[in-house]
Amino acid sequence: MWLFIFTELLFFGGLFIVYSVYRFKNPVAFHLAAEELNTSIGTMNTVILLISSMTVAMSITAVQLRQKSRAIFLLSATIILAIIFMINKYFEWSGKFGHGIYPGSEKLAELGTGEVLFFGLYFAMTGLHAFHIIIGVIILTIMLLKVMNSTLNAGYYVQLENGGLYWHLVDLIWIFLFPLFYLIA
Amino acid sequence: MSTETKTHIVKYKTYFFVLLALLLMTFISVAITSIDLGGLAIVGALLLATIKSSLVLWFFMHLKYENVMFRVMIGFVLFIFLAVMIVTFLDYGFQR
Repeated sequence: MWLFIFTELLFFGGLFIVYSVYRFKNPVAFHLAAEELNTSIGTMNTVILLISSMTVAMSITAVQLRQKSRAIFLLSATIILAIIFMINKYFEWSGKFGHGIYPGSEKLAELGTGEVLFFGLYFAMTGLHAFHIIIGVIILTIMLLKVMNSTLNAGYYVQLENGGLYWHLVDLIWIFLFPLFYLIA
Repeated sequence: MSTETKTHIVKYKTYFFVLLALLLMTFISVAITSIDLGGLAIVGALLLATIKSSLVLWFFMHLKYENVMFRVMIGFVLFIFLAVMIVTFLDYGFQR
């Protein structure tokens, strides 16, 4: 599992390097374009992901302590928080689309190259991250079902640990996406 | 080899305090970037993000309780990332 996490970290790391090079080359445009992004939605989603990371970590403790119903509650909470994150993301993106900002849009073409690069990276990186969230929801749902039918229990919970690790990875990536896209304006 | 560490059970309280620290740092980074500090703000925000991710790795991802080997490997991945970053900017920084 850790090897997979390393590949993911380097994959997103590469994207972060692309981001920093383009930002270095177009500082003003990146600054202006970032002002378009809604900091409060970004902050809310950060809080949601951090809490969900805690609940999934706690669910492992609950399984270890044989508190099955608490583990089920904590995992369900994690999944619900992940879905709320996606709903926020949906409103955020559809807001951008409503303003004519989407990859290949005419309005974006009228703006400078820097803005095109910023929004290109924004959609690519948050999109990839959102894709990881969707996969995470599927993994967490499987974990929830396995805890419910006691396949995962105090004696065997390594799958839950790995599922949790994946979810923390998603959180980890967002911790860096948030300041770089939402806070630099 | 790692069987003795596998049984470590982290307290709920520990996770809760880690979350509080993470949330506090999130709000600090929002606050320092909303006041005009120029280049300093982004440095501060990234520094806080680095501390936050370390907390997630250390407590939520159980690095604290894992074999030392994992810490070395994570360190290696970060080293590769930083090295590529530095080399890239050595190139771009000196271009004209």
